[in-house]
Amino acid sequence: MMRFLLLFSRQGKLRLQKWFTPMTEREKKKITRDMTTMVLSRQPRSCNFLHWKDLKIIYKRYASLYFCLAIDNQENELIALEVIQRYVELLDKYFGNVCELDIIFNFEKAYFILDEFLIGGEIQETSKQMVNRSIEASDMLQETMEEYMSKPAF
Amino acid sequence: MPAPIRLRELIRTIRTARTQAEEREMIQKECAAIRSSFREEDNTYRCRNVAKLLYMHMLGYPAHFGQLECLKLIASQKFTDKRIGYLGAMLLLDERQDVHLLMTNCIKNDLNHSTQYVQGLALCTLGCMGSSEMCRDLAGEVEKLLKTSNSYLRKKAALCAVHVIRKVPELMEMFLPATKNLLSEKNHGVLHTSVVLLTEMCERSPDMLSHFRKNEKLVPQLVRILKNLIMSGYSPEHDVSGISDPFLQVRILRLLRILGKSDDDSSEAMNDILAQVATNTETSKNVGNAILYETVLTIMDIKSESGLRVLAINILGRFLLNNDKNIRYVALTSLLKTVQTDHNAVQRHRSTIVDCLKDLDVSIKRRAMELSFALVNGNNIRGMMKELLYFLDSCDPEFKADCASGVFLAAEKYAPSKRWHIDTIMRVLTTAGSYVRDDSVPNLIQLITNSVEMHAYTVQRLYKALLDDISQQPLVQVASWCIGEYGDLLVSGQCEEEEPIQVTEDEVLDVLEGLLVSNLSTPVTRGYSLTAIMKLSTRFSGVNRIKKVVSIYGSSIDVELQQRAVEYNALFKKYDHMRPALLERMPIMEKTATNGPTEIVQTNGETEPSVVEPKHLPPVTQPANQANDLLDLLGGNDVVPVIQTTMPTKPASAGGELLDLLGDLSLSGGPATAPASSVPTSQPSFLLDGLSSQPLFNDIAAAAIPPMTAYNKNGLKIDFTFERANPNPNVAVITIHASNSTEADMTEFVFQAAVPKTFQLQLLSPSSNVVPALNQGTVTQVIRVLNPQKLRMRIKLTYTLKGSPVQDLAEVNNFPAQSWQ
Repeated sequence: MMRFLLLFSRQGKLRLQKWFTPMTEREKKKITRDMTTMVLSRQPRSCNFLHWKDLKIIYKRYASLYFCLAIDNQENELIALEVIQRYVELLDKYFGNVCELDIIFNFEKAYFILDEFLIGGEIQETSKQMVNRSIEASDMLQETMEEYMSKPAF
Repeated sequence: MPAPIRLRELIRTIRTARTQAEEREMIQKECAAIRSSFREEDNTYRCRNVAKLLYMHMLGYPAHFGQLECLKLIASQKFTDKRIGYLGAMLLLDERQDVHLLMTNCIKNDLNHSTQYVQGLALCTLGCMGSSEMCRDLAGEVEKLLKTSNSYLRKKAALCAVHVIRKVPELMEMFLPATKNLLSEKNHGVLHTSVVLLTEMCERSPDMLSHFRKNEKLVPQLVRILKNLIMSGYSPEHDVSGISDPFLQVRILRLLRILGKSDDDSSEAMNDILAQVATNTETSKNVGNAILYETVLTIMDIKSESGLRVLAINILGRFLLNNDKNIRYVALTSLLKTVQTDHNAVQRHRSTIVDCLKDLDVSIKRRAMELSFALVNGNNIRGMMKELLYFLDSCDPEFKADCASGVFLAAEKYAPSKRWHIDTIMRVLTTAGSYVRDDSVPNLIQLITNSVEMHAYTVQRLYKALLDDISQQPLVQVASWCIGEYGDLLVSGQCEEEEPIQVTEDEVLDVLEGLLVSNLSTPVTRGYSLTAIMKLSTRFSGVNRIKKVVSIYGSSIDVELQQRAVEYNALFKKYDHMRPALLERMPIMEKTATNGPTEIVQTNGETEPSVVEPKHLPPVTQPANQANDLLDLLGGNDVVPVIQTTMPTKPASAGGELLDLLGDLSLSGGPATAPASSVPTSQPSFLLDGLSSQPLFNDIAAAAIPPMTAYNKNGLKIDFTFERANPNPNVAVITIHASNSTEADMTEFVFQAAVPKTFQLQLLSPSSNVVPALNQGTVTQVIRVLNPQKLRMRIKLTYTLKGSPVQDLAEVNNFPAQSWQ
């Protein structure tokens, strides 16, 4: 299973954190620090895999954002790269040419999309269209409610 | 009170902060506003406030006061509230929080909600972070949803079930019925999550595994699904670079791996599909390679036919040539796993693997190094070592220690010749000398000692290396030890292997003294060089210089050096007669343990051959336990060091002081004693009883044990007579009587004995070292054995007869039964 997914900028600012196992705030902060240090210090043309404790760390840079995914030792690293790629494509489809700012200002939506793609560290839906349809339908539900209440969402 | 600012406003405002302090101020202000808003129980804006709180939490600020608000949002009827509420719960309300359990009821209600997206939220939250209690409470609901026809909910329920099983494994059984027709779904989401669920069940329970294998006939089903994926045409919904649903393919391959492991029938059933996937998958993109990788892992794990295994290794071989670093890395990792089982197949790719040593990527280099060491064998050792030594020269410091240790191990196992072995070690010491592990030094010393014919060559090369560079401590330590031992060979200018160098005694002493004073030398190194200098006093002709050096260091502030120097000084002054024997050449050391370095290091006492000392002896630093040739006869492991006493030529004062000098001795050791030459009995400082030998013996017991002949050959006869010591009945005292029936005297007679480790043995001084001819007299010597069970003994005899030395070994097994009862 996947253990955690972190998105951070080149300056090490956290943009999204999804933890699939329970951890204290302190542990989360420490791990985040370790990850950012490790990944940001990698040479530009190195391979995307790292070993950290008993986990494999798969990281990839997309524009100004680093995607850092930790998986169990027996998982397939190459398909993990595809998981990251798929998530980026989902974001891209939703936001239209997604960039870091989209994720900063709409972080809750990034989470919602992630939650339609992964649950409990495993993939729940392998079809891009299905995920997008679910998100759109949920958004519609939100809009409808708010329109009805004629109050701004948030 | 005005409406709280909107989320995006807040984000924009915080981003304008130019310093950390400014940001903190803004956050604190907003937090205060949010707190008062929470206190007012404002339903309308709760959602907005929690969203803002979550943003601030991501920035690293505390947000625990929002936990209860998340619960209220979850309980709300508005979908927007629920969405943010569940998100907040997942971020702030993990199972360590007290209020976590309060969610249970809300989730239960939402699992039965009329809107599937609300049900989805509940399932997602439960599946991501539900605690064990929550899982127990809600497992029934999840199981119900696992059977629904709504594929949107079914796939989520499946992953929720996986989480429940992970948290509460006992509940696995209850999900079994629902899995019956999961795989007949068309929906890929359901298929994928079902495979995950089945995988989890099979991994956790062998019973489940065999149930799925036999009763459900899972393998044919999976094979069918996989086949459809490969053979079916383009499906836009699931296509990734021309491959249909690679995620599902990979998961199926993984489940097949678990099902096929150690099961012939299952493995048989999947052979074809594996071969098909392995040959038909596109390899131009990462996706295809991910599938191939999973296929290879499966092939290697199940009971596949050999053709398939070769195919798998060849795929890995092709991976090694791929431009993509990730693929190369993955190949090296997999080959490392398979090198034990399919060694020959991996050997074929050896040259490619060795090329990877030159890769720029650190992770790849490390894997390539590990794999290269695994591939070294007797045939390729020369070529491989060349590459590995080149790698050692040029690699990063983080690798050097591991690489050096690997080189030593490989050289030890497969060295084609002693000269090659020594050369290799020299190379490592000179290029990566400071990275070599500490335990390599004793190991190397032992190796050098054992290569008797290479001593001159070794010491010469080491000396030359020292002239070049004294900064690498392991090299310096080994070199000084060797010079101390073989300095005479060095100055004599004999060397068969290469051009002998001309070096004088003074030059050698210059180098060693240089080490003593150099800032680069560690205290340990200084110890080594002082001892080496001391040893040269018996090998070199000019002793005065050495005496001077030793006396200077008698007042060194380094306690270790001072102690050594003082003791060596004493050796010059009071015990000069013992000096030659003490500083004799070290004999061949036998390895006591099969696995190397650490074992040797533990035995931190070692002694000069002629002095008994199994324990810690401060002045001498040579490693490994004391050994004589006898030890290798009894098999290194179970023999206690041999005790052998020498026959000093001059009378000396009582042995007591020597004891103190050498530190405290253990029970099995007896000191070298200093008897008067003509007195047949000696005055040992015997630890067992502290009394001299003769009066100890109690003749009453003696009569009960018959004497025996232990050895009778070539005119030398050795009889054993027994007594029981008084007052310690556990000690058997054996007196040997050596007699000589030949015509000439046997001079320089030395008797040595070794016993298995369960015994303790002490040999006292012999009465004389000349066995007179024609049985005119006997040499007697006393052996005391502690705790004699079924006693057996190996003896070694050396003597000179008519000018030529004779040496013999024998085993003594015919001890009378009474000697150990």
